[in-house]
Amino acid sequence: MKHDLVNNAAGRMVVTEINGQPAVPYKGIGKYHPEGRKAAPPVPTCAEYPQDGDKVVGDLTSALQKMGLRNGMTISTHHHFRNGDLVANRVFDAAAELGVKDLRWFPSASFPCHAPLIEHLDSGVIHHIEGSMNGPLGAYASEGKMRGLGVLRSHGGRYQAIQDGEVHIDIAVIAAPTSDPFGNCNGVTGPSACGGLGFALADSQYADRVIVVTDNLVPFPCVPWQIMGNHVDAVVVTDKVGEPEKIVSGTTNITKSPDRLLIAELTARFVEAAGILRDGFSFQSGAGGTSLAFAIFLRDMMRERGIRARFVRGGSTRYLVDMLEEGLTDYILDGQTFDLAGVQSMRDNPRHIHTNPFVSYNYHNKGNIASMVDVVVLGATEVDVNFNANVVTHSDGRLLHGIGGWQNCLFSKCTILPIPSFRDRIPVVVDEVTTLCGPGELIDVIVTERGIAINPLRQDLIDATKHSGLPIRPIEEIKREVESICGGVPDRPQLTDNVIAAIKWVDGTVIDVVRQVSGQP
Amino acid sequence: MKTKAEAGRAGTGVRSDCCVGIEMRDEGGIAIELRSKVDMLYGRSIRALATELCMHFGMPHAVVTIDDSGALPYTIAARFEAAVRRLRGDDVPPFLLPEREGIRRHGARDRFRRSRLYLPGNDPKLAINAGIHGADGIILDLEDSVSPVEKDAARLLVRNTLREVDFGGAERMVRINQAPMGMLDLDAVIPQRPGLILIPKVETDRDVLAVQERIDGIREREGIEEDIYLMPIVESAKGAVNAAAIAMASPAVVALAIGLEDYTADIGAERTLEGRESFWMRGAVLNAARAAGVQAIDTVFSDVDDMEALFESVREAKALGFDGKGCIHPRQIAVVHRGFAPTDAEIDKAKCIVRAFDDAERSGLGVVSLGSKMIDPPVVKRALRTITLAVKSGLLSEDWMEVGDEA
Repeated sequence: MKHDLVNNAAGRMVVTEINGQPAVPYKGIGKYHPEGRKAAPPVPTCAEYPQDGDKVVGDLTSALQKMGLRNGMTISTHHHFRNGDLVANRVFDAAAELGVKDLRWFPSASFPCHAPLIEHLDSGVIHHIEGSMNGPLGAYASEGKMRGLGVLRSHGGRYQAIQDGEVHIDIAVIAAPTSDPFGNCNGVTGPSACGGLGFALADSQYADRVIVVTDNLVPFPCVPWQIMGNHVDAVVVTDKVGEPEKIVSGTTNITKSPDRLLIAELTARFVEAAGILRDGFSFQSGAGGTSLAFAIFLRDMMRERGIRARFVRGGSTRYLVDMLEEGLTDYILDGQTFDLAGVQSMRDNPRHIHTNPFVSYNYHNKGNIASMVDVVVLGATEVDVNFNANVVTHSDGRLLHGIGGWQNCLFSKCTILPIPSFRDRIPVVVDEVTTLCGPGELIDVIVTERGIAINPLRQDLIDATKHSGLPIRPIEEIKREVESICGGVPDRPQLTDNVIAAIKWVDGTVIDVVRQVSGQP
Repeated sequence: MKTKAEAGRAGTGVRSDCCVGIEMRDEGGIAIELRSKVDMLYGRSIRALATELCMHFGMPHAVVTIDDSGALPYTIAARFEAAVRRLRGDDVPPFLLPEREGIRRHGARDRFRRSRLYLPGNDPKLAINAGIHGADGIILDLEDSVSPVEKDAARLLVRNTLREVDFGGAERMVRINQAPMGMLDLDAVIPQRPGLILIPKVETDRDVLAVQERIDGIREREGIEEDIYLMPIVESAKGAVNAAAIAMASPAVVALAIGLEDYTADIGAERTLEGRESFWMRGAVLNAARAAGVQAIDTVFSDVDDMEALFESVREAKALGFDGKGCIHPRQIAVVHRGFAPTDAEIDKAKCIVRAFDDAERSGLGVVSLGSKMIDPPVVKRALRTITLAVKSGLLSEDWMEVGDEA
């Protein structure tokens, strides 16, 4: 596709139109002021729904038919089952069976388990995907094979897009580990328990039609009702909604790599040296190996100094659950649960709170949790000398990851990226990121195995850690060292002019685009 | 004559290495087939290096296949050269990339050797970042961690690693094989000026002398002026009996180390965690080292998951008089350093002695005394070393003299 491109406030050439809809180029942090009113679904009436509350429909195909599935509609799913999801593939199998074409799939994220959908992209059942594209689907899009333009949003950005009416969902399909016939459902009970269902909240509130798919139907009431049945049109019971061992890993492992452990340890020591580690503080760390290791180092410091956090933001794991139970934090505010201990704790511990992108991340809101967190640690595939970071493409230009909550978390009071300075001869600290996902103004510190670089905008952090004995260095110096080790400045990836996806900022503006890679198998 | 050979490793699980295959041809020029995850970023540079290598080894016609998982240039060059040598024998000129500047840092013979990190010599991925973990010494191992059929390739990789990788402040050590193979190891690595050579399974002073003579020959030929120290490893009953002679065999010997795996087998005992079976031997080697005025270095601790047991083991080694411990995982280094750190009482005593020495110097007195006691120079030297170690261990600030005691 040829697109008209304009220069946005970050100096990136971006599209002004996405799949026929006008798009606003990124204007800077907090510079875009939305107007108008939020979107709203059609007004329903109880007269059209069973008085006894029983909305069970025979199977997914007939439910989709009943909801009026037709060509060109937008179908949404959530990713709380991660790589164990069985529902999204079935939705499009059913659509194919019904002969429907040109659908827009609007998942909260996609995983390698969704690779079979490539067939439906090829055959035209799915026109394009708007959502994170991991693994095989990312590769498919990178090679320019998808018909429409991909759109990547953060978790908060997805809520914002639905709320603001940028994306209208015709039919939301919400896979639920437990539901009652009315459609009240949750993720904390049942054989496919995954924790919360927060990523599906906006879908339930704003979609025209909502189908709940469950493999564990219980009599009314299903409590807690993370999704309210009052939003739901139909309930489908199926044998299995997900592969439990892929939904929760059971064991989330701390990295064993000595280099990553060193990075995690340096990160925790930095947090302490910067004065962030004090009674009543808060932090967020995800389930990546380095992130978990950071939490463990932090936990040990908290124990030693008798410090208690007010809240910890999850991705929860058994490590965070242990901290909660040990009294090292008052609360876990949890957006998604990564292991069984997390699921159980969310179900049983009233201090383990289920959150959703509305309360945590939505930027078109009257504030959100993300900016209240004292310190957050996040990953990145690349960081440049201006502290701009990339999470969606690799240095070879290929689209391989989603944004997740990453952009939203950048608003924390201190954002740290603990990253290796290079991976297997692939420099991570570079001159200019391949794809801009997070502006450097919001990224305060990078911690690598070869030293810590503090953003010059954060003079307060520079002053606080001046005498810490930590290996603090200019980011340019780390970059030069990496280039000298890797054998010179790497060649830039060869990309065509063909834009294959747009990267949205948290406010719905376009911060960058992804181009098709060229010449590579 | 062979026309095809390969060297290096590729496939799943392999990182930072490559497999280079070379097929000699009579005509057709140079053809390079590259499969690499970094093709987009460094493909041009890898192809240029391969072409340069072909020219260097006088191969105008060859098919070169490189199956690469992110190998750095010095690794690619080492694998290429190993393949060439497998084709044509060792009578080829070595290919050396320019040496990285500032990576040869030479330490004193009595430098701290609390921790020494073993790295398998034929695996490039562990060496690249080994220098960031703060070990006193890093050992590129050519002996037990390298399989017999890869010794030739490992030797070239270690040689190139010594030229290219910055190990920070760590002493650059190489563990060679036993003679005769160890002599070829020396030929390859000594020109790169490692700081120290570990000699395995030393049983008599003649084993040390043979290595010393070989090194002297290479030093003379290459005009090497830097000291290259020796650390013989005693790993047998016979070696233990001859420990004193071994420690005194050459002035280049700076430490004696022990290896318990082979030793316990040699004496017909099981190796236990408590180590009663090796108690005599450790004492014997320690005593021999002290008699020769060199350091005594304890064995490695092989359970990488049990940091508490490691700490206890280091405390025990320190109590016995040892100066250092072997590490097989970078996370062990900090624990070893903590274990060898001086106690508060040791630091306080050392501070008193050093202050008394300082006062005596300032007032021009030839004799140092503390209270009514005279202090001998070796005691002052020891106290100074304790202070240095306390500073290194983060227990004392560098300017403690000026700051004074707050406590």
